[in-house]
Amino acid sequence: MAIRKEKVPVREQAPNIRRTNFKEVSFGYNLEEAQSEAERCIQCKKPGCVAQCPVSINIPAFIAKVKEGDIEGAARIIFSDSTLPSVCGRVCPQESQCEGDCILGKKNDPVSIGKLERFVGDWARENGIVARPPEFENGIKVAIIGSGPAGLSCATDLRKLGYDVTMFEALHKPGGVLEYGIPEFRLPKEGVVRPEINNLRHMGVKIETDVIVGRTITIDQLFEEEGFEAVFIGSGAGLPKFMNIPGENLNGVFSANEYLTRANLMKAYDETSNTPIYRALKCAVVGGGNVAMDAARTALRLGSEVHLVYRRSETELPARAEEVHHAKEEGIIFQMLTNPVEILGDENGWVKGIRCLRMELGEPDASGRRSPIAVPGSEFIIEVDAVIMSLGTSPNPLISSTTPGLDINKWRCIVANDETGATSRPGVFAGGDAVTGAATVILAMGAGRKAAQAIHEYIQQK
Amino acid sequence: MFEILKKTLLAPDIYFMEVHAPRLAQSAQPGQFLIVRVDENSERIPLTIADFDREKGTIVIVTQALGVSTRKIAAMNEGDCFANFAGPLGVPSELIHMSPDELKNLKVLFVAGGVGAAPIYPQVKFMADNGAKADVVLGARTSDLFIFRDKLSAVSNRLLLATNDGSEGVKGLVTDAIAQLVETEGKKYDMVVTIGPMIMMRAVADYTRKLGLKTIASLNTLMVDGTGMCGACRVSVGGKTRFTCVDGPEFDAHQVDFDEAMRRQGMYKREEKKKLDDDHECKIGIGR
Repeated sequence: MAIRKEKVPVREQAPNIRRTNFKEVSFGYNLEEAQSEAERCIQCKKPGCVAQCPVSINIPAFIAKVKEGDIEGAARIIFSDSTLPSVCGRVCPQESQCEGDCILGKKNDPVSIGKLERFVGDWARENGIVARPPEFENGIKVAIIGSGPAGLSCATDLRKLGYDVTMFEALHKPGGVLEYGIPEFRLPKEGVVRPEINNLRHMGVKIETDVIVGRTITIDQLFEEEGFEAVFIGSGAGLPKFMNIPGENLNGVFSANEYLTRANLMKAYDETSNTPIYRALKCAVVGGGNVAMDAARTALRLGSEVHLVYRRSETELPARAEEVHHAKEEGIIFQMLTNPVEILGDENGWVKGIRCLRMELGEPDASGRRSPIAVPGSEFIIEVDAVIMSLGTSPNPLISSTTPGLDINKWRCIVANDETGATSRPGVFAGGDAVTGAATVILAMGAGRKAAQAIHEYIQQK
Repeated sequence: MFEILKKTLLAPDIYFMEVHAPRLAQSAQPGQFLIVRVDENSERIPLTIADFDREKGTIVIVTQALGVSTRKIAAMNEGDCFANFAGPLGVPSELIHMSPDELKNLKVLFVAGGVGAAPIYPQVKFMADNGAKADVVLGARTSDLFIFRDKLSAVSNRLLLATNDGSEGVKGLVTDAIAQLVETEGKKYDMVVTIGPMIMMRAVADYTRKLGLKTIASLNTLMVDGTGMCGACRVSVGGKTRFTCVDGPEFDAHQVDFDEAMRRQGMYKREEKKKLDDDHECKIGIGR
């Protein structure tokens, strides 16, 4: 039988309907669809997909199980490398990782590995398949700071090796960016995030919320007073950046972090939540990454006309192609090659517009992207009543400033070995955005896994 | 966890609560704040710590029931538990880095207004614990509204009251009381620490600026996470944007743009009013 050239399409909410609700955009595969997509995998002897997966999931093996209809078997294969298949199946940039190196992708569509992973994760959850506690306890205490993707993957691997793992979370819910950053319509909280984190609880990982390491307790106290033998810092991205242009402190200017945290963590889009959120009529979202897409699509769902303002052209947008595609389908207005120079306020100090310059692309810069250059005399104003700044983050100083001997670099990120996550402090490891600056969920998970292995080796050698 | 061990009414709509929070009590320092949530639907509300007891593992908060969320806090009773109680947050008062000798030689005037009496207490107490009792000006609209009066009296050198209506102490604003101390009585101070409504702190800053008297204000801006993540708390200090939660809450009052800070405090007034109206309707239970 010939292999289908095209992937099995995934069913989605229609754009004109989903733009008015916070329900998930993509419905995912059903069993029949998943099996027919699984049949497309040719089971390469040297699979490129596995090499490209930051957590090295045995992709051909789990796909083979899907093809056979043994979904629990598929889940067990994934669980041995990741406890978050339903999350990763939804938010990983598969096109540049596993699917990017799928041999089928050379001529036709690559296998939809992400959609298959999501299907397996969702099926496992709906059928009560949960991760198991380790067969052996070694009783050695390891602290994980931050319960986002890096911390979750580090905790999982250490727990499997029998460690007594405690995760400390500053906010009131575990999950980090999965909870506060990525919107419900891309990653359902009750449906997906909560159960996958509960999987860690099933394994016996302890989670303590409301603990701000650096304030509630220091890393030194974790070692000296609480008996931890090693610490992993996966504290995430940090403080939102602004442009330092006039008018940024006007009422109606928000960081994407604030806007998304209100909507996601605090559920401000829901009438029963006590947390308010500003419902704009017409807003500008400044930036071009995944966070900008998330903020834009959230503002749209809260009833605003949304202009996405980015200083380079569409080809340079750092956001995933799928997110850009979804945003466009939903009616986000893309204003590319546009750079804000001032936010304008009314007599009461509320935003009334954003003054911009048109840009054109010049020579490639250090990042290899063509740098934008202002077109002289091209100033124009977009009338808006809110501006959401999505320009990335700078590291949070809470841990680095309270941990003597922990080196940071000139960007104030924690210095950690690429391969092991080891920092300048013995027994302290770090990974994820706290080390790299803002990146992706799966890269943070990869760093968490490497650090778990390095922590295991460090403790064995102690 | 986070059980309310003791609750008392201090003044109309103003409540004292002693809460079991051992980790927080262990590390709290004067000048810091915490974030509290009543239940799963609640906002994260920042409150400045009003007292802490490391041995008992307790923290004191004082809340004035004004909006939906502070009313929810005020409706909690002894034996109830907060869903969340996170902290301590913010940079502690600069006073804690000084030696007892330095503190004894430092003439500090604390100026508090309204509910600000509670968060200023740990700092005044810290001075007293180090043998350096300071002077305190405490302002309220009328004498019935004073809180923490006896507590502050016990740890201060002198407690000067001010009421808008003249029902007790100096008639007028806290600045009139400061004027009595420094102008009428000729007292000399090295610094002023002020906590209270923004409009009061602005008035204090305007007054002490003329005297060239260093002044620290503790800002109560809007916040969401309180850990540096959201930037809702940003404030202009000396022309630079700072985050109240990680750079503050205490700043040089002469450098703070209070007009901007007050405007930003009103960012969600419209939404808040709507929620209060909805809340009100629910309680009556008619008209739906």
